[in-house]
Amino acid sequence: MKRLMTGNEAVARGAYEAGLTFASAYPGTPSTEILENIVQYKDHIYCEWAPNEKVALEAAIGASIAGARSMASMKHVGVNVAADPLFTFAYTGVTGGCVLISADDPGMHSSQNEQDNRNYAAFARVLMLEPASSQEAKDYMKLGLELSERFDTPVMLRMTTRVCHSKSLVELEDRVEKPLIPYEKKIAKYVATPANGKVLRRKLIDRLKAMEEYSNTTEINKAEYNGTEVGVISAGVAYQYAREVFGEDASYLKLGMTFPMPMEKIKEFASRVKKLYVIEEMDPYMENRIRMAGIQCIGKEIIPEMDELNPDVVRKAVFGTSPETLKSEKEAVARPPVLCAGCPHRGFFYTLRKKKDIIITGDIGCYTLGSAVPLSAMDTCICMGSSISAGHGAAQALKKNGSDMKVVSVIGDSTFLHTGVNSLMNVVYNKGNSVSVILDNRITAMTGHQENPGTGLTLMGEPTTEVDIPMLCKAIGIKSDNIYIVNPLDLTETENALTDALSKDEPTVIITKWPCILKKFSERDKKDFDLSPKRYEIDQEKCKKCNICIKTGCPAISAGDPPVIDPESCTGCSVCSQVCPFEAIKEVK
Amino acid sequence: MSEVKNILLVGVGGQGTILASKILSEGLTQAGYDVKMSEIHGMSQRGGNVSTQIRFGEKVYSPIVGKGEADVIVAFEKMEALRWIEYLKKGGKMVVNDFEIPSVPIQQGLVKYPEGILDELVHKANVSVFKAGDIAARLGNSRTMNIVLLGALVKAMDVPGIDWEEIIRSNVKKGFEEINIKAFRAGADQVE
Repeated sequence: MKRLMTGNEAVARGAYEAGLTFASAYPGTPSTEILENIVQYKDHIYCEWAPNEKVALEAAIGASIAGARSMASMKHVGVNVAADPLFTFAYTGVTGGCVLISADDPGMHSSQNEQDNRNYAAFARVLMLEPASSQEAKDYMKLGLELSERFDTPVMLRMTTRVCHSKSLVELEDRVEKPLIPYEKKIAKYVATPANGKVLRRKLIDRLKAMEEYSNTTEINKAEYNGTEVGVISAGVAYQYAREVFGEDASYLKLGMTFPMPMEKIKEFASRVKKLYVIEEMDPYMENRIRMAGIQCIGKEIIPEMDELNPDVVRKAVFGTSPETLKSEKEAVARPPVLCAGCPHRGFFYTLRKKKDIIITGDIGCYTLGSAVPLSAMDTCICMGSSISAGHGAAQALKKNGSDMKVVSVIGDSTFLHTGVNSLMNVVYNKGNSVSVILDNRITAMTGHQENPGTGLTLMGEPTTEVDIPMLCKAIGIKSDNIYIVNPLDLTETENALTDALSKDEPTVIITKWPCILKKFSERDKKDFDLSPKRYEIDQEKCKKCNICIKTGCPAISAGDPPVIDPESCTGCSVCSQVCPFEAIKEVK
Repeated sequence: MSEVKNILLVGVGGQGTILASKILSEGLTQAGYDVKMSEIHGMSQRGGNVSTQIRFGEKVYSPIVGKGEADVIVAFEKMEALRWIEYLKKGGKMVVNDFEIPSVPIQQGLVKYPEGILDELVHKANVSVFKAGDIAARLGNSRTMNIVLLGALVKAMDVPGIDWEEIIRSNVKKGFEEINIKAFRAGADQVE
């Protein structure tokens, strides 16, 4: 039976069919749906959301050492967080097969950078597979687990946004159970002391030779000989684009395994074509290795080194042609993403933007949209957890240099639990005075509402102990008087907390607590918060058309003479009615 | 049938493009085509635009449609039709829902919603324009707007041998089968 599946669904299916029993991840676009799809197999696969990618990979390593097939999935930048265990895991090798899924985001559809994680496979020296379709995503997931056991190495399954999110047909097969490999103490293998490490390092080099030999013989590195004029080496979704552009006359070497590279096969292929192209997204990863082997090829001198490829880009680069298109003199206005109508972050950012002489260090999540006009209440966004640590550094540097500016660090609940906790510890330990604001909307919102250690539910839907964030802050050393818990939709309460916190010369924490408006409210949410549906409207007689309500950036309000609130979109958060100086915005009773 | 056909569904988050694409891709899959479908909807819940690209034929490689390659584009919103027109193939067809959803810069009063979009589109390409929302409302359920547009798209695609009504039946909520089938037929009537 064939089914239309996304690459992410197919990876989950592959894990299921391969008898895997442990899966962990931290959500991140475009990888999130892998674990969300694993949940449907929870009778067979234990799965969990980890607080961050390092923890996810370490848990998968533990499951492998215990003798089970395991996996961890994450977005490309998540591998930076997980890089520490990855590099040593490459030395120790596995017991049960273990696959790390890295979902890269060429074109930065939903990411802060465009790093090419193929470099990680070569850097850590772990076997890498690159699927080009959903069928391959499933097949390579299964093959990856097998090769992991065969070569005693973690395997990286390298996906990209288009492979993760596009759908194509997949042939389904049954699950084959994989019994736990009986545990044996292997101290020399798994205790990476310097003495053991030296032995493991040697084994890693020997393993590379065996893997390269496999790479040269495996069917997934496949040559298709057509004409002899033009040959194309490609991998991943770029192969699909190359196939569209070069057509039936060119010859192809499609690589499914890209570390180690099949250099013998590549030499053979290159010798049989007159002109050799290397078509790959982002870095000249394959091209550099091909050139280093003394093989001439055409690559990044014509193919862009940044952004996503597509057939248009490849065609234009290779042949200089583009299809005829219809042009319009009119221009469509952009639809930039904004905080939703009723988003609890709006009240907080509206209040924060009025504070002068502050640096606002931000973080990764929906609330990064607080940086957009008209709120413009965020000055930085670097990586997960950086708001509090960068904020601390900024505050100490300002103080040391005699500046009166203060620092407010803004971070979401899930991001705080990801890596923000360490950063807050640093603020207290090193006697900082920045204001750390934890926007607790009771969910990991940006990636589509995943549970986290603060929400009280697991990935498999079981109730669990939740992290008490105020208590955690106290344990780190924030004084009770310096912890403010506010309703961010109450602008006065939020303003008072901010003013008080900014007046202090010691670490403070403000926790804004209100659930994401798009969240499926739990019974607990309904008990803790007044979430009854409400709606506001503008009294046309009282309205002086000052359009201050527009400054909240609420997508339910349209500027005009007078402005109007769309009754369909309004959720009744009341922020606009609080900012109106003329009491012209009232609840519809 | 060896030629690959390219279809684009474009709109704004919340307009039901995803269900329409699902029904479309399922019909094409059942008919034995190789099908690839690509969706970009990262920030759609936060006001962004959504697009689904569907390619089908005997053998499909790329999951995405290039500029000037779409055989049919169905735009669930007028400005989205304008945004995607350069993807239409010369001689391709466009189905446009006569419906405006302003984006945030427009709501903020910073720019105006472009005027005269329909006139421009009609002059440039083979375009069918109608108010799918009104048709759905007249049938008794304005939420079937997406199926009205799907009906028009399927008619414009002209792919024989697929029992679309059966596929709609198995993909919509129980109890809403008949209204959706009516919506599908009403949409088809809008295209020559």
